[in-house]
Amino acid sequence: MFSDFMLTHAWLIPLLPALAFLWIGFFTRLHKKRSAAIAITMSSLSFLLACGVTWAVLSGPITMETPFVQKTLWFEIGSVRIFMGSLVDPLTAMMLMVVTMVSLLVQIYSVGYMAHDPGAGRFFAFLSLFAASMLGLVIAVNFAQLYVFWELVGLCSYLLIGFYYDKVSAREAAKKAFITTRIGDFGLLLGILLLQITFGTLDFQELKVLVPAYIWISGTSFMTIVGLLLFIGPIGKSGQFPLHVWLPDAMEGPTPVSALIHAATMVVAGVYLVGRAYFIFSALPVVMNVIAWLGGFTAFFAATIALTQRPIKRILAYSTISQLGYMMLALGVGSLTASMFHLMTHAFFKALLFLCAGAVIEAMQDEADIFKMGGLRKKMPVTFAAMTIGVLAISGLPPFAGFFSKDEILGAAAAVSTPLYLLGTLTAFLTAFYMARLLFVTFFGEASPGCPATETNAFMRWPLIVLAVLSCVSGLWGHFAGFGEWVYFGAAEETGIDWVIAGTSTVLSLVAIGLAYEIYVAKRWSAYEISQRFGVLYTLSFNKYYIDEFYTLLRRTFCDGLGRILYWIDLHVIDGIVNGLARLVGVLSTIFTFLQNGQVQRYVAVFYGGVIVLVAYSLFYAYKVLTLLGGAF
Amino acid sequence: MNFLAIGTEIAIALLMLIVLAADLLLPKDVSHRRIGVISMVGLAVILVYTFGQYHIGASPTFFGGLFFVDNYALFFKQLFIIGMLFTILFSLEYTEKLLRYRGEFYVLLLSALLGMCVMASANDFITTFVGLELMTVSFYILVGARMTSEDSSEAAVKYLIVGAASTAVMLYGMSLVYGAAGSLVFSEVCRNIHLFYAAGLAGVIMVIIGFFFKLSVIPFHMWAPDVYQGAPTPVTALLAMGSKAAGIAVFMRILYTAFPILGNFWLPLLAGFAALCMIGGNIMAIRQTDIKRMLAYSSIAQAGYMMVGMAAADLAGMKAVLFYAMLYVFANLGAFAVLTVIDTERGGTSRRDITGLAQAAPLLAAVMTISLLSMAGIPPTAGFAGKLYLFTAVVERGYLWLAFVGFVMSMISVYYYLMVAKAMYRDLTPEEAEYAAPVYVPLTVRAAVLVSVFATLGLGICPEWLASLTNAAVQTFMR
Repeated sequence: MFSDFMLTHAWLIPLLPALAFLWIGFFTRLHKKRSAAIAITMSSLSFLLACGVTWAVLSGPITMETPFVQKTLWFEIGSVRIFMGSLVDPLTAMMLMVVTMVSLLVQIYSVGYMAHDPGAGRFFAFLSLFAASMLGLVIAVNFAQLYVFWELVGLCSYLLIGFYYDKVSAREAAKKAFITTRIGDFGLLLGILLLQITFGTLDFQELKVLVPAYIWISGTSFMTIVGLLLFIGPIGKSGQFPLHVWLPDAMEGPTPVSALIHAATMVVAGVYLVGRAYFIFSALPVVMNVIAWLGGFTAFFAATIALTQRPIKRILAYSTISQLGYMMLALGVGSLTASMFHLMTHAFFKALLFLCAGAVIEAMQDEADIFKMGGLRKKMPVTFAAMTIGVLAISGLPPFAGFFSKDEILGAAAAVSTPLYLLGTLTAFLTAFYMARLLFVTFFGEASPGCPATETNAFMRWPLIVLAVLSCVSGLWGHFAGFGEWVYFGAAEETGIDWVIAGTSTVLSLVAIGLAYEIYVAKRWSAYEISQRFGVLYTLSFNKYYIDEFYTLLRRTFCDGLGRILYWIDLHVIDGIVNGLARLVGVLSTIFTFLQNGQVQRYVAVFYGGVIVLVAYSLFYAYKVLTLLGGAF
Repeated sequence: MNFLAIGTEIAIALLMLIVLAADLLLPKDVSHRRIGVISMVGLAVILVYTFGQYHIGASPTFFGGLFFVDNYALFFKQLFIIGMLFTILFSLEYTEKLLRYRGEFYVLLLSALLGMCVMASANDFITTFVGLELMTVSFYILVGARMTSEDSSEAAVKYLIVGAASTAVMLYGMSLVYGAAGSLVFSEVCRNIHLFYAAGLAGVIMVIIGFFFKLSVIPFHMWAPDVYQGAPTPVTALLAMGSKAAGIAVFMRILYTAFPILGNFWLPLLAGFAALCMIGGNIMAIRQTDIKRMLAYSSIAQAGYMMVGMAAADLAGMKAVLFYAMLYVFANLGAFAVLTVIDTERGGTSRRDITGLAQAAPLLAAVMTISLLSMAGIPPTAGFAGKLYLFTAVVERGYLWLAFVGFVMSMISVYYYLMVAKAMYRDLTPEEAEYAAPVYVPLTVRAAVLVSVFATLGLGICPEWLASLTNAAVQTFMR
């Protein structure tokens, strides 16, 4: 009874934050506290609903194979019928929990973080819309609905990254994020259209039946193209190489936004899409290989960049890219469970890390360079503790959350391909090193004399504590409660621990942390000398492999060059035509109005002129009819 | 005799007499608003009554079929009544302040309405002519109702002279048609092959010209700008929506029921003149600085759009025309209500007079903008849906070029409509500071403009309910 009620009202979960957005946007935009209260109330309600839905899924007969579906006709063009609705299976339930919880915590945190910002009302409106879009995406029943919310997520990220719109860098970052992800979205759209054309439906449940049958009959060649096109969307949205460039710049937004983007709403949308459409991808070996290798490469590649970066949020951004690479890697090697498990734990500890970083930056009065911090351990004990938990979690040390999920991924990778496994393990080593570097440089050592840092306020502290607890226990819980029997594809997975793999990666992480300690705390080796010794590699990493520069070059040559040609055409040819037309219209207008001289004599004359012409025409017409009929008149 | 069939007309005539008597009883120096209120209440009752007259089966008739009350006629009657009702509502203040014979003004409005309603139901040329003249003669006087204004008197005389010329042509045409076909009843005329004679065709074209005059089709439009500009603003509103819609109602009925066999003759003419109107009306409107004059030219273009739908000559086209006529009423109500206030408060309707309206009366500025955008056909206003229906209908029938002209000209029209918006919304220079002083907006005007804006936006977002009404109207056309 209760669970039925919850499931049939799952559509309320995205709707409530959307209402908050409208309400704030129309009525309380200028009122900071009221806006915050509305946003948080609605988020709490949808969090409670998500809990109810999860309970219903856990206790009821709903599994990955037998989801709960409810839909209503949205519009109809010819024979194409597009539905909107809610699809609830364990994957959805897990995502609903993660998204509502993280966005609720981020909103609470924002009350403290945005307390002195005059645009706070607008900020809460956008946050609500962001959460609503992501939740709508998560419960989508078909690709059309998913795409609508997918684009809304992109729009919200644009609005929020560019929240400080008076800053040039924020505007540029917002545009960059929007345009880069648009490139991916275009591929996704093409893929969706091909699906519609081929199968005549976009419904997940129907496609689940049709796609395997189609592949069985006509082979994988065509579907491989569709699969690759679909995957371009997640490449853009989830910041995979080579469309990852927007994600580090996205830190221009307020820090709570970064937390939301990196943890729960924006980037995991791509991973979720692959998971949701796994019945397509998993049937296409070529696409799976692409996903796995792209994911593995991105994970490693981003980790090497993170090694040398200095702004705290930029390090975290590259670590997000790297972790997303892990998730893709897991999907590519065929383990939906491992990927989604890591998505969940990552959401918690990455939100935690970002919120801590926000607290640090706020305490340091907008200083983001970690080498200008130091010694914050004593001044901000709670933040330090939370950050430490986050670092240990992401480094994959037991018993923190990252240990279990990362182990799952490495285990799945080892079962399929040794090179991928080695890549993953190496990345784990790098991850532990750069995260430890961040922690040690920021919090250890001596504080600079004029350091203004103090502990954060309660609004910002409590979300940190909640997330820290989640980062500790969510891995254990997932491991022992049997996450793999809950979210899986094909057959339920055992969540066992391969002690060789787990042990190796744990030892490597410990070594990495020790190494970082020696360099950055004990100062046994000088970081500067090491960077000198690695010369070229260091420069490459520090400059992010010059990918941004490369894109700029590409743009200069192709877009700007083409733009110049088109601009010339526009200026001389098209404008010429348009201006000519405008001049013609102007001249005609003058002539006509000149005829209108105000004399009624002329009016009547023109009138009768018209009569004469028309009567003459009718006589001519009558004459023609006459000749046609052969002079019968 | 089925007197219920002409119940609407009888009621309007009675209302007219009541208003006349009330005016006689009322002392001269007392506010005449109450007479306006009586008219409005009466019209509202009649409007409700007409909803009850919608039917599914055979339509009631009167005078042995000369007077035909099908749903089509009812739709137009409702349109006239709505237009009249809200025009009276927003012009109460204007009438009170600027007109000398206030009671007579309401009486003449009602008699014009009576003429329109008769036209909508007419099923023969004589009834048509009676209705047409009743309406037109009333308008001759109404145009000159502002006796202190030279413009108003000049407009009345011009309208009378050109109108008389047009009436002469039309009457001559009717007599030629009678001579050729031997009947004046539409349904009997249509079966007559003799219309193909030279005299018959000349008669047909002259009847058509009479309606072209009413619709102010180029080149029979020369009267329109002067008359629109000179007439009292509420009368201009009625000329733009009522008189024009009445002309369309009976014009469409005549073409489809009296001259269907001449389709090959008049369809190309209609399409050609529609294009001419759209092009000429929009181009000439660009140069205007007086908004009433601009709206006169724009109404020429609007007539062109509606003739596009008539050129489709099928049910879809008719529906589109009906839809467009109705939404045009609401757009005009909004625009002219604002102009009436401006005219009353600032003594003119030039673009200069509406400067800074966004600060002086934000509601009016918003209403004006939305109404003009609806005329330009910008979503989500009703004008977009209306143009969509019109052009879809005509494209279905193969007149792609006509729709294309419509698109291009709609685009051009946006320019001059937005010039008005620009004048209202631009920042004021220090010398213009006095334009920012609040303008008094009577409650009645507020009510009228809100209704018009809600209708314009509502029909734009959900065109379905009006579309279903037009559907009902055309399904029983002449049945």
